[in-house]
Amino acid sequence: MMRDITIGQYYPADSLLHALDPRTKLIGTICFIVSVFLFHTFPGYGVATLFLGLLILLSRVPVKFMFKGLKAVFMILMITVVFNVLLTPGEILWKWGILRITKEGLVLAGTMAIRLTYLVIGSSIMTLTTTPNQLTDGMERLLRPLNKIHVPVHDIAMIMSIALRFIPILMEETDKIMKAQIARGADFENGNIIQRAKNMVPLLVPLFISAFRRANDLAMAMEARCYHGGDHRTQMKPLVYRSRDFAAMGALAVYLGIAVMFRVMGW
Amino acid sequence: MSIELKHVSYTYSPGTSYEIHALKDINLNIPDGEFIGMIGHTGSGKSTLIQHFNALIQPVSGTILYNGEDIWGEKYNRKELRSQVGLVFQYPEHQLFESDVLSDVCFGPMNQGLTREEAEAEAKKALRQVGFKEENYKKSPFELSGGQKKRVAIAGVLAMNPKILILDEPTAGLDPRGRDDILDQIAELHKVRGITIVLVSHSMEDIAKYVERLIVMNHGEVAFDNTPREVFSHYQELESMGLAAPQITYIMHALREHGLPVDISATTVEEARATILDALRESHSPLLKKEGGMGK
Repeated sequence: MMRDITIGQYYPADSLLHALDPRTKLIGTICFIVSVFLFHTFPGYGVATLFLGLLILLSRVPVKFMFKGLKAVFMILMITVVFNVLLTPGEILWKWGILRITKEGLVLAGTMAIRLTYLVIGSSIMTLTTTPNQLTDGMERLLRPLNKIHVPVHDIAMIMSIALRFIPILMEETDKIMKAQIARGADFENGNIIQRAKNMVPLLVPLFISAFRRANDLAMAMEARCYHGGDHRTQMKPLVYRSRDFAAMGALAVYLGIAVMFRVMGW
Repeated sequence: MSIELKHVSYTYSPGTSYEIHALKDINLNIPDGEFIGMIGHTGSGKSTLIQHFNALIQPVSGTILYNGEDIWGEKYNRKELRSQVGLVFQYPEHQLFESDVLSDVCFGPMNQGLTREEAEAEAKKALRQVGFKEENYKKSPFELSGGQKKRVAIAGVLAMNPKILILDEPTAGLDPRGRDDILDQIAELHKVRGITIVLVSHSMEDIAKYVERLIVMNHGEVAFDNTPREVFSHYQELESMGLAAPQITYIMHALREHGLPVDISATTVEEARATILDALRESHSPLLKKEGGMGK
């Protein structure tokens, strides 16, 4: 029952986007987000749509996966649209009691909807084409300058990647313990809230014990391999910018330039 | 009373790129009172299969009948089914949660609706049956050794008085002594209480020693379903499935090849000893006769 949930939603495929350096993709995502806010007219959004479409094509990830992320923000999206449509003052198109729809409201709602949708899809492209480990690697590398002001960047990145690595393991463990207790007659579905909370004890106690046991084992294994934090640590797969990354950066610069130009010219 | 599987198939994550066909059109009948062994390499579908027996997993297609009733029928009481078909998972010690052993074993019976006193009576009976010492009843399950924890966990299922007991590698991680103890006690339960046992194991020696019927799983299908003797005679096919026959089988075949007329279907040390002695007695070589005499 729990096996169906994929965390980190990485979609394995052999594409240009998958091959890019995670740093390029992180920077690219930020650029795209900035561009979505720079554009403020429908021709502008047309350019963003073209760019996004191109990325989706390049990623070789089925389009339905892109829209999966939208499900999570669907409610927020609807609320934003409804409020913007109904509460923006301006040229009234339709009126019923205190409810009225204005031209400005429709435009604003459309803009917000497009921005939100593009934000989600844009970041989905990154998480779909980059494994969680690559992502943390990329972030660690990009944030390294913060070391100068004594932010333990490496440690934070290590904690993040271990946490990500443990999610599927603990999910599987939860599933197993749940089944074992159901086999002993436990009931996780019925009863009132207090009853249900009580019923979780046979699941949570073994789960916590198992998490501590695993953490302990992992710490031991890391120490056995002489792990002692980030200083002067080399990487097995160091991140290297390749020519495709420079090409991608170039394309990004052009795209961002266009976005700035649209803003400046007021198109 | 029996479990019957008809055309049961199961798929993990259907419709995605992670799709795995774990079970393909399984037809099985598990009548009362049998001691059944189940082997198969990792990922062959054994664990998925046994979770179908007590309705922890719903098959994608096919039906499962318990005493002739469809366990996924609309009004079927699956909680009741689970107290009749007990399932002990691999590493069952990971499911312990109570502050003392006795309370933990009481969890199952109390879920069946027994009072604390009745549940304790069942728990004590079950703990005795798995050979757990009474002076440890009030200990925390987390202070116990691995073997002791395993006994407590098995008792936790046994205390519900199941008619069928399924054990997924109950001896994994135990020393040889603990392994023999637990398996002997399971065999004893089979004999004394008449419980149907399904034993999933990777040890061909254990299988050969205890079970009367052996099911071999391979790639989500039943590859063999017969007596262990008969199944192990196909040892070459077993090897191609990533399995093996008991070591005795190999020794018997080697002896036969070297001219000693032993019964190659022997699978346990006792059987092997008997047939080797017979073969030596029949053989007319004076040298072998002497050795045969020493064997006694």
